[in-house]
Amino acid sequence: MAFRLKLVPDQTSFNFFRWQKYTFGLSAVLMALSVILLLTMGLNFGIDFRGGTTIRTESTTAFEIGDYRDALTAIPDLGDISITEVFDPTFGEDRHVAQVRIGATEGMEAMTPEQIGQVETALKEVDPNVTFAAVESVGPKVSGELIKTAIYAVLAASLGILLYIWMRFEWQFAVGGVVAIVHDVLLTMGIFSALQLRFDLSTIAALLTILGYSINDTVVVFDRLRENLIRFKNMPLVEVMNLSVNETLSRTVMTAVTTAIALFALFALGGDVIRGFVFAMLWGVFVGTYSSIYVAKNIVLWLGVKRDWSKPDPDKLPEQFTESP
Amino acid sequence: MLDIPLWKRVLILGVVAIGLIWAMPNLFYSRVEAHNDALAASEQAGFVTDEQQAAIDGWPSWLPSGLVNLGLDLRGGAHLLAEVRVEDVYKSRMDSLWPELRRSLAEERDVIGAVRRVEGPADELHVQIENGDQMARAVEIARGLASPVVSLTGTGQNDLEFSASGNTLTVRLSDAEKTATDDRTIQQSLEIVRRRVDEVGTREPTIQRQGADRILIQVPGIGSAAELKELIGTTAKLTFNPVIGRGTDAEARAGIGNVVLPSQDENGVFYTVEEAPVVTGEELTDASPSFDQNGQPAVDFRFNPSGARKFGAYTAANIGQPFAIVLDNEVISAPVIRDAITTGSGQISGAMDVEGSTRLAVLLRAGALPAELTFLEERTIGPELGQDSIDAGKIASIVAIIGVVAYVVASYGIFGVFASVAVITNVILVLAFMSAIGATLTLPGIAGIVLTVGTAVDANVIIYERIREELRRGKRVASSIDTGFREAMSAIIDANVTTFIAGLVMFFLGSGPVKGFAVTLTIGLATSVFTAIYFTRMMIVIWLDRRRPKELVL
Repeated sequence: MAFRLKLVPDQTSFNFFRWQKYTFGLSAVLMALSVILLLTMGLNFGIDFRGGTTIRTESTTAFEIGDYRDALTAIPDLGDISITEVFDPTFGEDRHVAQVRIGATEGMEAMTPEQIGQVETALKEVDPNVTFAAVESVGPKVSGELIKTAIYAVLAASLGILLYIWMRFEWQFAVGGVVAIVHDVLLTMGIFSALQLRFDLSTIAALLTILGYSINDTVVVFDRLRENLIRFKNMPLVEVMNLSVNETLSRTVMTAVTTAIALFALFALGGDVIRGFVFAMLWGVFVGTYSSIYVAKNIVLWLGVKRDWSKPDPDKLPEQFTESP
Repeated sequence: MLDIPLWKRVLILGVVAIGLIWAMPNLFYSRVEAHNDALAASEQAGFVTDEQQAAIDGWPSWLPSGLVNLGLDLRGGAHLLAEVRVEDVYKSRMDSLWPELRRSLAEERDVIGAVRRVEGPADELHVQIENGDQMARAVEIARGLASPVVSLTGTGQNDLEFSASGNTLTVRLSDAEKTATDDRTIQQSLEIVRRRVDEVGTREPTIQRQGADRILIQVPGIGSAAELKELIGTTAKLTFNPVIGRGTDAEARAGIGNVVLPSQDENGVFYTVEEAPVVTGEELTDASPSFDQNGQPAVDFRFNPSGARKFGAYTAANIGQPFAIVLDNEVISAPVIRDAITTGSGQISGAMDVEGSTRLAVLLRAGALPAELTFLEERTIGPELGQDSIDAGKIASIVAIIGVVAYVVASYGIFGVFASVAVITNVILVLAFMSAIGATLTLPGIAGIVLTVGTAVDANVIIYERIREELRRGKRVASSIDTGFREAMSAIIDANVTTFIAGLVMFFLGSGPVKGFAVTLTIGLATSVFTAIYFTRMMIVIWLDRRRPKELVL
């Protein structure tokens, strides 16, 4: 017999509802915690959402953040300044990168070229080897709109998915799926708030992907659930659900692992520019997998579902009707 | 289900083969790019230099030469989002209406009495009339100047609105006319920005209208956004105005119809000039950098016939008087007219260097912007950072593919190999499709491809897990495979449609990085369904036919 790597044994019969109170409770607590974090600590918005300027500096020699700060505070009419050093395992000895962020000032759209020039000369004075790899400036007018479209995007995607699942399944499934999405999005925003990671446009892209991934996972379980509901008309709902999750568990884990492998490669080697983005997605794969096993179907169970699927789709008849070769 | 007709096999292999051929140019990126650039340049110029010929020969012309466009974050360059101040145009419309209105009202001077323009908001024209009781007549005369708006929505409306209070007549643009004007202003601005960027000759600039009054400009390869801003942010409105006086007081009373403008190179000197120009830059046909008699950089220009006539008539009538050459509300110079200038050509000289004169010539040739631009967003990405991102993305993608392949093969054996071939084919198809439609690859786009590698396996996994289940139930190999594919279909479709919805939303609502990511994600979804359902199945069917295994360990 050939060797096969199996993270999940062939036949499993875990009772996923055994700890239902705790798992569901944990989700609820984490969601509440995320909301509290978002309300108290807030998100560390990037310039996309709150306006301002970021400058990525690169230098061949080590620098002191304090020196940079002193050089910049001398310039009049600049918004609040924050400087962080960027570390990355792929950087060599002689590569020192900093991210300088200058807040938007009242009544100003993008920073004037004169101001950017002043900033660049000031930094060059303290560190002659410094170069400016990227300069980005977003005015408050645009950043306000970007935040609005970002929220619309997340809402529109959720709504579209809700409608699709409603159409293909039953409304209880749609509600279950969307609660799972909300769970994932909230938890992701929560961890961004807790770790104060930068939240910008690409984080929104990550959120939308998490949303797609999580619903993808959920739908595969739902699909099996629907099939089993037709097949085992008299089995209690809890058992049909357990059976469906167990049957799809191997696939759930397999896909989560392959996606995580791919994302982890990107996280480790893709460079610091997209690390935050990839982090959000890795986290999303984790919570998305969790939510499709422990959140989505619990909602469906709680809402109840019709048991009489008297007019099933002819394509999805149980196996006894398929011809043998 | 398990025997795929020949035509289907040919079709599936055909799609994969076309994908390979279309994706191939990306392997030889710089060579193909040189080929394309040289071809475009020589077509435009009408002849081919030796270097261009060498570059063209560097890539066989019978092969596809479409490349994935690299986004600014990968290639480096500048990105600007500008807002057009459409209100600027309202003012100039009002200013140019005034002489016309004055003339019409003056014809009935004995009824209306004397008229004069008084101060008002910039987008309105306020006129005081001596005989206030004849206001009705004045409004009637003014109405004669209005004309119907030609637009899809504003039909039936006139372009001007009139109102009267006391002895003041107020003229403003109607809402329909404002909408139509705004639209024209944006179109004009787009055109002029495009001409200016083209003059600099960079590769594939993106110049798009965004929303009601915005222009998005992306120029790869340019050094910085500031440089780009200098080029397109200047209005370059050139006028020739009669000079009333010269002084050192910026607050000097100019009088209605006149303005006080600073001198560009004489510090603290201000000129009072008539606001209505004799000739404007719009009547220039050509401008080129040159040098004046003192060897200083200057710009030579030439008027079109009507401009030349106006300029000739004015100079003939005003010998000995100074006139001002005004660029963007600064007086460049104010020479005294010695002779009537009827040749229709002239020279602008002032404090500028060679670079400045070259730029001014470009700006004058491309024409003036109808309104000023405000910059809302600007980004510069250095080419080195872009190259770093490409390198990192390449390594990460390769490692991701190797990792996923190793895991899938370890899990499914020979079927894992099929899945891996399908996944790699999938990446190739994504690149091929993007090259064919000229889509832009950004850094988040690379992340999208890597994610697709992870999720493309999913469709295969759903199928394989299903086959495993059927095998476990003791079915025969062929039957299990057949059922596996069929039963997995609905899950695959549902799962991918939901992700597709998220991708579409990202594409239509997103901007910048979100959009770039959505492009690769949605293309990847479509191709992964194709590879899992058709390509993998074909491989398995061929394998089954050859081996005819009695049992299968999956």
